[in-house]
This record gives sequence, structure tokens and C-alpha cells, in this order.
Amino acid sequence: MAYSLLSRRAEIIQGIRTFFIKREYLEVDTPIRLPCLIPEPHIEPEQSSGWFLQTSPEMCMKRLLAAGLPRIFQICRCFRRHERGARHLPEFTMLEWYRAGIDYVALMAECAELLRFVAAKIDCPDRSAAALLSKADWEYLTVQRAFARYAPVSVDQALAEDAFDEILVRDVEPNLGRGRPTFLHDYPAALGSLARLKNGDNRVAERFELYVNGLELANGFSELTDADEQRQRFLKERAVIEGQGRQPGPMPDRFLADLGELQSAAGIALGVDRLVMLLCGARSIDEVVAFTPETL
Amino acid sequence: MYTASDLRKGLKIEIDGDPYIVTDFQFSKPGKGQALYRTRLKNMVTGNAFERTYRSNDKFQRAPLEERTMQFLYSQGDEFHFMDNKTYEQIIITREQLGENVNFLIDNMEVDVLLFKERPIGVTLPNFVNLVVIKADPWAKGDTSGTDTKPVTVQTGYTLQVPPFIEEGEKLQIDTRTGQYLTRVKE
Repeated sequence: MAYSLLSRRAEIIQGIRTFFIKREYLEVDTPIRLPCLIPEPHIEPEQSSGWFLQTSPEMCMKRLLAAGLPRIFQICRCFRRHERGARHLPEFTMLEWYRAGIDYVALMAECAELLRFVAAKIDCPDRSAAALLSKADWEYLTVQRAFARYAPVSVDQALAEDAFDEILVRDVEPNLGRGRPTFLHDYPAALGSLARLKNGDNRVAERFELYVNGLELANGFSELTDADEQRQRFLKERAVIEGQGRQPGPMPDRFLADLGELQSAAGIALGVDRLVMLLCGARSIDEVVAFTPETL
Repeated sequence: MYTASDLRKGLKIEIDGDPYIVTDFQFSKPGKGQALYRTRLKNMVTGNAFERTYRSNDKFQRAPLEERTMQFLYSQGDEFHFMDNKTYEQIIITREQLGENVNFLIDNMEVDVLLFKERPIGVTLPNFVNLVVIKADPWAKGDTSGTDTKPVTVQTGYTLQVPPFIEEGEKLQIDTRTGQYLTRVKE
């Protein structure tokens, strides 16, 4: 166990805080133990005496946004069962921020500004990742073009064959963020999650992911504010979860009620451990945390 | 029964009636997408390897493997007879199955036999074995050809390179994993 990267980790987290405080974001800390979750077919929550540990702080943060807080950020622990690998921990640190009145295009720009700010502040021996983040011309690539460029089949074929994730991981992701960071954006509507469908093209959702050196760093979108549509999407996701033999838990009704109050907004989740990995040139997420589950 | 989340390097599973070992393993998961378990698998009988990606709901049978310590009794043609010293059960392993191991097998040697559904699929020898040289060219002192090794043949018929001073009748220690000469053994 190497503790050598812990001071850099602390500097990076302080850099993130400085950036948001300068921009008049309010730091919030919402409960991590919740009675209901946003249904996610591919994320398995940890149970806690009949409640759940959060898999992301988005539900509480969007309720605060709906209640009238226009700019909020949070750095917190999230829990996802069975996620363990060189880039995954079942307990990890997430940065999320939400801002009223903007869409995903403005959010991508702010995300780039954050990472350039943090990269400039950190003094790592290996400057290659920081140099990459400092570049001005980040790449904007739609999911459709990325598949056309790197995958053996089109997005539509991949979806029809239930192979979207597999092809994304195998053929597309390793090519992203090489030479400069890449925003992969405009996801198929079926993978829209809590994102608004694109104005003028309802086949895609206003959702993006950020990749640097093939590493997925962040996922953001223009928030869907139509509570009825969101409920319909949740019902579909819950059916998928039940089909897997899992219990989806109670419907997040209070969240849906508050969503009706939400004006336009955009929000993003960024993996802090992964950002530390990237900036420090760590090959495994194990190197950037104090302890892994295996060492406790 | 294993599920995909049990996959890791070294795990042995059964696929289509054959035992496989996971030689490489990577967990991937695009943000909101499915968990993918990318593996490289090696067939423990044929040695053939391939890559396959599994999903969370995939399930596997444990490969029923058993390792038993057995003693080499004798060979007859291409058949090598071994006995389990606890149960006195005897089995036959073919020359093909033994592969390189035939070079180092001597009477009464204890080996570890890996069995898959009662079928022997692999033999692990002790790391070091002592074998007697049965054929060696004499050492020509003052040989100026510049070579610092010469070939000798040991009791199993195996030929290897050794220092030029080794003579017939001497006993050599050999590393069974590399097949190389280590040292002379004085009785």
C-alpha cells in the first residue's frame, strides 16, 4: 500500500473546492443513507437496514436545485455493489455539481474549465496528463460518429444486438481522449437516463461523458424536468430491474414531485479517484486511496 | 456455481465439458452501462486460449479438478503407469499427455497428477531431479574451439548442454521447469 499519492489527492480535492467556491457554488452535504433510489438497471445498491446507501447524490441534489438553490456542488462517498477492478471500487468518491439555467453544452465548457484549473494547480512529477487537460481544443464527438469511426457496427445495430456497452468498451473507449480530452455526447434516447431529449432531434438525449486517455471521468446532462416523462422512464427501468430478479425498492415519489418545480438545469458526476489516477499517472485506483476493501 | 462477479485470475471453470483457467481478467463498466467481465481463458487440456466477455447474470460451473500425489511405476511403450500410494489405484498417462515431462521421469518418482472428472490432464514433477549421464564425449583438455558446453545424454534419453568437464556415470541436478543443467551431484 503506497500512501505517497494521498497528499496529491488532498491537493486535487482542495483545488476542486477552490474552483467552485470562486464561482459562488454552495457546497452541500446530503444524506448518504436513503429510503429510495433512482432506479438504475446496471447499478446495484448496498442495503442498509431496509434503506440504501447512495449510489450517487443526484436525487437529493436535484431536490435542492428544485427548491431554489441555483449552484451546488458536493464531494461525497458513493457505494455500488460488486464494482471492483483497476478503475472501480465498491466505495468511491464522487464530485457532483448542478447549475440552474444552463444546458449540457455550457456544462461541458465548465467541466473543461474545472479540469484545466485543477491541472494547473497540481504539481505532479509526470505532467503529461496535466498537459493534456490544459489543451484548449477539446474534442466533441457524437456517439454516432464515434461508432462510425471506431466500431465494426453502427450505434443502431449495436443497440439492436444488445451489444452497445460491449462494443463501447472494446472498440470505442480505448480510442477516446488520446492527444486531447474527448466529450462523447448525444447518447441514444434509450440510454438517456435522466437527460432531456435533444431539441430538434428526439432520437438522442443531451447526455455526455468525458474521456481522457481512454479513461471515463465524468457523466453529465441537461436535466429532464418533465416529471411525467421521468416517471415513465423510471417504470421502464424498474421493470428491467425486476426482470433481473432484484427488488427496485420504493418509487422516489418526492423526487418526482419536486422535479416538476425544476426549471432548466444541467448536472454532472465526476469520479474523483479517477481524476487523481489520471493526474498522478496511477495504473490502478488502488494507488490513490488510503485503503481498499481488501486491505481493511 | 460461480457468477461473473466471482471471476478472477486463476479461477478454474468448466465450459462445454472442458476445464478452463482464467489467465487474464478485467472488470469494465461504462458509467450507466452493464458490468462487463473480460476474460482470457485457457483450455487446460488442449492449451488453446481465447478471449470472452461475460455479463453479470452469466453463471459458471466450477471445474471439478483434483490433485493427487502419485508414484511413477513403469512405462510400456507410450503408456506410463502411476499409482496412488494411499488407495493403490493405478492410472495410465500417455506420452503425449506427459509432454516434456517424460525427459525427467524416473522409477518411483512422486508427482502431482491433476485430474478432471477422473481423467488425468496434467502432471507436475518435483522442480529438481537428479539424473545419471549415460553418454558423454570425453573432455579434450586444451580444446581451443571456444565452446564452453557440450551435449550429454542422461538415463531417460534426454540430451542437454553441460560444462565440458562432465563425464559418463556422473549424476546431474536438472531443473525440470527449464530442462537445464544446474550442478553436479556428489554421492
